Amino acid sequence: MAMLEIDNLHAKIEGDEGREILKGLSLTVNPGEVHAIMGPNGSGKSTLSYILAGKEDYEVTDGSVTLDGEDLLEMEIDERAAKGVFLAFQYPIEVPGVATMTFLRAALNAQRRTRGEEEISTPDFLRLVKDKAGALGISQDMLRRGVNVGFSGGEKKRMEILQMAILEPKLCILDETDSGLDIDALKVVSEGVNALRSPDRGMIVITHYQRLLNHIVPDFVHVMNKGRIVRSGGKELALELEANGYAEYQQDAA
Amino acid sequence: MPAVQETVEQVRSIDVDQYKYGFFTDIESEKAAKGLTEETVRFISAKKGEPEWLLEWRLDAFRRWQTMQEPEWARVSYPRIDYQDLYYYAAPKAKEGPKSIDDIDPEILATYEKLGIPLRERDALLGIESTGGSKVAVDAVFDSVSVATTFKEELAKAGVIFMPISEAVREYPELVKKYLGSVVPVTDNFFATLNSAVFSDGSFVYVPKGVRCPMELSTYFRINERNTGQFERTLIIADEGAYVSYLEGCTAPMRDENQLHAAVVELVALADAEIKYSTVQNWYPGDKDGKGGIFNFVTKRGDCRGDRSKISWTQVETGSAITWKYPSCILRGDESRGEFYSIAISNGYQQVDSGTKMIHLGRNTTSRIIAKGIAAGHSDNTYRGLVSAHRKATGARNFTNCDSLLIGDKCGAHTVPYIESKNSSAQFEHEATTSKISEDQMFYCRQRGLSDEEATALIVNGFVKDVLQQLPMEFAVEAQKLISVSLEGSVG
Amino acid sequence: MSADIRPMRTPAEQALSAALEQIPAGSGRLSDLRRSAARSFNEHGLPHRRIEEWKYTDLRTILREAVPVAGPAGVAQADAAAKLLAGAAVRRIVVANGAVVRELSDLDGLEEGLSVVTLADAIAKGRDVLSRLAGLSPSRYDAALALNTALAGDGVVIEVAAGAQIERPIHIAHVFVGDAPAASYARSLVVVGDEAHATVVETFEGPAGIAYQANAATEHYVGDRAHLDVVRIQVQGDAAVNLSTVLFEVGREAQVHDFVFTSGAAVARTSLYGNLIGDDSHVAFNGAVLLKGRQHNDTTLFVDHQVPGCESRELFKHVLDDSSRGVFQGKIVVRQAAQKTDGRMMSRALVLGDNAEMDNKPELEIFADDVQCGHGATCGAIDEDLLFYLQARGIPLKEAQSLLVQAFVGEAIETVEHDGVRDALIEQAEAWLKARA
Repeated sequence: MAMLEIDNLHAKIEGDEGREILKGLSLTVNPGEVHAIMGPNGSGKSTLSYILAGKEDYEVTDGSVTLDGEDLLEMEIDERAAKGVFLAFQYPIEVPGVATMTFLRAALNAQRRTRGEEEISTPDFLRLVKDKAGALGISQDMLRRGVNVGFSGGEKKRMEILQMAILEPKLCILDETDSGLDIDALKVVSEGVNALRSPDRGMIVITHYQRLLNHIVPDFVHVMNKGRIVRSGGKELALELEANGYAEYQQDAA
Repeated sequence: MPAVQETVEQVRSIDVDQYKYGFFTDIESEKAAKGLTEETVRFISAKKGEPEWLLEWRLDAFRRWQTMQEPEWARVSYPRIDYQDLYYYAAPKAKEGPKSIDDIDPEILATYEKLGIPLRERDALLGIESTGGSKVAVDAVFDSVSVATTFKEELAKAGVIFMPISEAVREYPELVKKYLGSVVPVTDNFFATLNSAVFSDGSFVYVPKGVRCPMELSTYFRINERNTGQFERTLIIADEGAYVSYLEGCTAPMRDENQLHAAVVELVALADAEIKYSTVQNWYPGDKDGKGGIFNFVTKRGDCRGDRSKISWTQVETGSAITWKYPSCILRGDESRGEFYSIAISNGYQQVDSGTKMIHLGRNTTSRIIAKGIAAGHSDNTYRGLVSAHRKATGARNFTNCDSLLIGDKCGAHTVPYIESKNSSAQFEHEATTSKISEDQMFYCRQRGLSDEEATALIVNGFVKDVLQQLPMEFAVEAQKLISVSLEGSVG
Repeated sequence: MSADIRPMRTPAEQALSAALEQIPAGSGRLSDLRRSAARSFNEHGLPHRRIEEWKYTDLRTILREAVPVAGPAGVAQADAAAKLLAGAAVRRIVVANGAVVRELSDLDGLEEGLSVVTLADAIAKGRDVLSRLAGLSPSRYDAALALNTALAGDGVVIEVAAGAQIERPIHIAHVFVGDAPAASYARSLVVVGDEAHATVVETFEGPAGIAYQANAATEHYVGDRAHLDVVRIQVQGDAAVNLSTVLFEVGREAQVHDFVFTSGAAVARTSLYGNLIGDDSHVAFNGAVLLKGRQHNDTTLFVDHQVPGCESRELFKHVLDDSSRGVFQGKIVVRQAAQKTDGRMMSRALVLGDNAEMDNKPELEIFADDVQCGHGATCGAIDEDLLFYLQARGIPLKEAQSLLVQAFVGEAIETVEHDGVRDALIEQAEAWLKARA
């Protein structure tokens, strides 16, 4: 069975009578697969990630989304997280005063409780964070600071990957994870993501540029424009886009 | 930190308007006749076996009080208090003054146990060892009298006097006479004057020259009797170079009628002395419809009398139907410093009007104010503060930050600062913001798996962190839990 | 026992009550308004320090002496007194001692969509627009406004038709003419139709050394999507008392920019009221106050967000020399319906004089949760490091101070949109600094 099944999804901004942002998007992600979604600015890529995570600013007007056969759109935001949906934010949010360690532990235990699992013990938790943080070059000092407060762009993105590593989601959605990263940071982040590739885990990598896909090599590449997937292919499609740009798709759809 | 988790569990396990400390201890008590007359004042004074000068002091206060008006400038509204329909003195009936812990009525011991306050030193040590904290000496005030003070001997060895003020009047009359009313004058305000006339008990602390008090001191206030006002009086003196940290906690049973609490706290810091005063105020706030609850009209003031002295107020205000409270610092000594750290949370129909005054009189005096207000439900939460520099306060500095958070659209958050500078070299900076919890933060936390309530508790705890950090460790954990419990039911 | 015990009436209060007795009996709305304002005054009298809004400006003490109501001014004297913006491309109306001087006023050749008449004429002719007079009243009794309503007989009534774009600023030049203390009252009304645009400048001038009292009030109605700029320049003589009340009602998506420049008068109080009654408007209340000697200036601002989506910005700068005293009380109210309000207020004071005093009271009163509101207040001396830096580059102390003060008030003055008016303000600030040096 497909893990994530998006069928003919239509959506608009809530309360906005205006145009739809997603206009009949369909996508299937199976366990173990990495799907890249590319497209020009304003094509609806980030909207898709927000709708999957359950952000309340959007209204689904048609279509369906299921995760392991369950209706994802009916679930609360935190319920989706507990079911294994993880969104790595393009712009991670600052939560002042809440130490990153506190936050990580609260999130992990909340998810475990929702799934009816035991909470993690303090020593186990500390060990877990220490292991994962080291690989991503995240210092103890960063973990003591408020969530994302005073972090550089690169630090914020690494922190997102650390959270992903600790929460071990089923479906990872990476929204423009490469934006604002220099080449060294890009490497660290990509390695972190690659380490999480597994036969049980699906990933959707949203990006504007091909360069991220040199590091996180996808199984499938989809081109999105004006709220739809307009072309799908293998990893070579990304190279083609790099060479020719999005112009032809934008014309096609117009 | 595990506290967040515990908090959330606690929130879950509690009904909408459950107040954890709302039980009543059934104990026989001795009361003064209802109402307030000169006779009541004489009765209280006689009960305490007070010297003539103190009786005169009280009577003077009473006469002045009769000519005074209840203040109306605060942003609180409440039914008129009938001062003749209250009891001004209630004491648990016991053998003449408990000589040791074993003389205390077991019902009272059980009450404090239930509140988590160990009065037996042996228990206290056991309890404390398990949490790994330091020793805390407790003075327990039950309605109008102090029922027990722990660790008195150990403190006495260090030269620290810690005892009920009614005892101090007898044992250290010179000290009491010298300092009582020297920070909050008898006629300071309506409630302080009332307190001066009828105060029943409270704590007295004197830390001698150069002594660092070897443990935290704390007083635990409990209102038990019906229709009884509590009027305690606390006096803390840190002599030259001394240091003391003092904690205060308060609870009361749940009752349909409102109860009056009008306390006065006076702090005196002589040269190079430091007093740190922390409060976790959790009087009964009333039920979810705004019925009942404590009217908390409190005058707290510290006098930085000596050069380089320091007074720091930290308060976590979650209880009371009405809070009217402005712990202040008079920065008289050169280079003295005042601090005010406050978390004020209001939910249900609570009304909070609280803040501070920093009066800069000496040269190079500094002050810092961090106030965090959180309003939920139908409550109103006001920060009211004064920062002033007088003509001679050359080089005075103040930094103030007041932030308010609104949870829900039926509550109000207000900021009323007065900033008055009469000295050209004074440097004052004030900033204030009001907003709600950011939707982005909520979404981010919930995407990571936290529920609405968990996310709110987490973000609010982050919002108040700067203030929580000022509390002694044991208190901070307690306060953190209390904050989330107070916000219970505020999340839609 | 009631707490509201009326204190003894001062000579000034008695004289004012006597003047109120002289209000001619009449019928109709205007007469009713006047009588009702007079009754309020007789009941409450002048405010004192225990009245919160007047805490720092005790009018009972300041207006101790009674002064007669000013008589009419000579044309030549009025002309000589009106110096501000003399050469500027503005439509000038001169109001001397509270009455419009026709000979000096530019009441003809009006742009299409613009109507400018005197209040006295509007009353005589029973103009419809008068139905809006005294339509904007603060929720709390305001003594200065009550006296104005009761006693002002003239002023300027400006109407801008919907959609009209009036480029030329309309300049109401208030002057005092005379050599003995006297009181004047002027009342103006500005009604800007939907989608119209206008700029109104009011200036206040008068001789030094004479303790005259000028009381001026102006109501502004700003229509939907309209744009109104208002600039007030008060440079009255060093013994004068100025009481100004400025009220705004702001419609949907409208824009209002109000600026107050003050360097004159012994005692001045400006009360600003902004009622935001249409969604998504943008209002700005800014000001610069430069005081010396024993001058006292009080700016009290009240912005009332009643509807969603409005943005308000307030920036006030005080420069206080010698033994002067600046007061800023600013209150932003956000009512429960006013979700998505964005309100920011900042008051900054630079204290130059050893005995100068600044009192700041920035207030927030918020009943809606989805808001972003904030205020800040600072007060202190000029930054020593900056001064040192400039001096190290060879700039003498006074000049260095002047440069820094200019930059300080400049930030507020820059917000004035009209080039000519802004230049005049910069000139005033420079003149103030020059007089200091």
